[in-house]
Amino acid sequence: MVAPVSAPAQQSAKVIIPGDQIAVRNGLRALFDTILLRSLPEDGRSTAEIVLAEALNNIVEHAYSSHDGEIEITLHLRQNELVCKISDTGLPMPDGKLPAGILAPLEPPADLPEGGFGWHLIRSLSKDLDYRRENGRNLLSFRLDTQQCGD
Amino acid sequence: MELVAEQRGEILVVRAMDDRIDAAGAIQFKDQMRELTLAACPRVVLDMSRVAFLDSSGLGAVVAVMKALGPDRKLELASLTTTVQKVFRLTRMDSVFTIHDQVPEDLRQAD
Repeated sequence: MVAPVSAPAQQSAKVIIPGDQIAVRNGLRALFDTILLRSLPEDGRSTAEIVLAEALNNIVEHAYSSHDGEIEITLHLRQNELVCKISDTGLPMPDGKLPAGILAPLEPPADLPEGGFGWHLIRSLSKDLDYRRENGRNLLSFRLDTQQCGD
Repeated sequence: MELVAEQRGEILVVRAMDDRIDAAGAIQFKDQMRELTLAACPRVVLDMSRVAFLDSSGLGAVVAVMKALGPDRKLELASLTTTVQKVFRLTRMDSVFTIHDQVPEDLRQAD
């Protein structure tokens, strides 16, 4: 079904949080309480929460592993997509590239992976994933479909 | 992280009372689950009905709890919410765990 779009109004939200786990948790709570994200269908909202959480956790865990800093998150809702831009002043990605996010084998049970899911989730749920390093900042951007059916 | 454990016959039902198992709470979740499952209980069912959100660290913690139970004890999951289900499906962990729609009622009659 194609929903009529009355006006190309653009809604946006921006938050700046400290690069630590508790701030990420509280920042996500605050973001998902905004009118912008409350307006998304449930499936789009849950996708956005998964991808944003993984991207932010990754920054806290790796980019800010050796020093403190802030994370800036900008979201724009354009018709049926959420355009997300995240920047930080942490360490660059190793080799200047995003991890491939390939899932490890799920057997045998004793060897099940306990990590490495994050980039797989981000890559599975986002589009136009892009990473750049500019002037000492990591710039991550991607788009999320807010009207998806299934995955 | 608040976890409430109840022994029902040979099954230990643990209900996660918080609305998220995330990077900030994953280690605590893992440690508390380890403590709660020290007693001999062949089956552990984690009731996730209140957990609206689980990230990859939370998922890793659930996997770690299962592995810590060893080969002879099982960790089963119950009442996954929409977002949690999505994380399990996308990481194919839904093929690893026994997942119940609800905490099985017949467990109550077991003893």
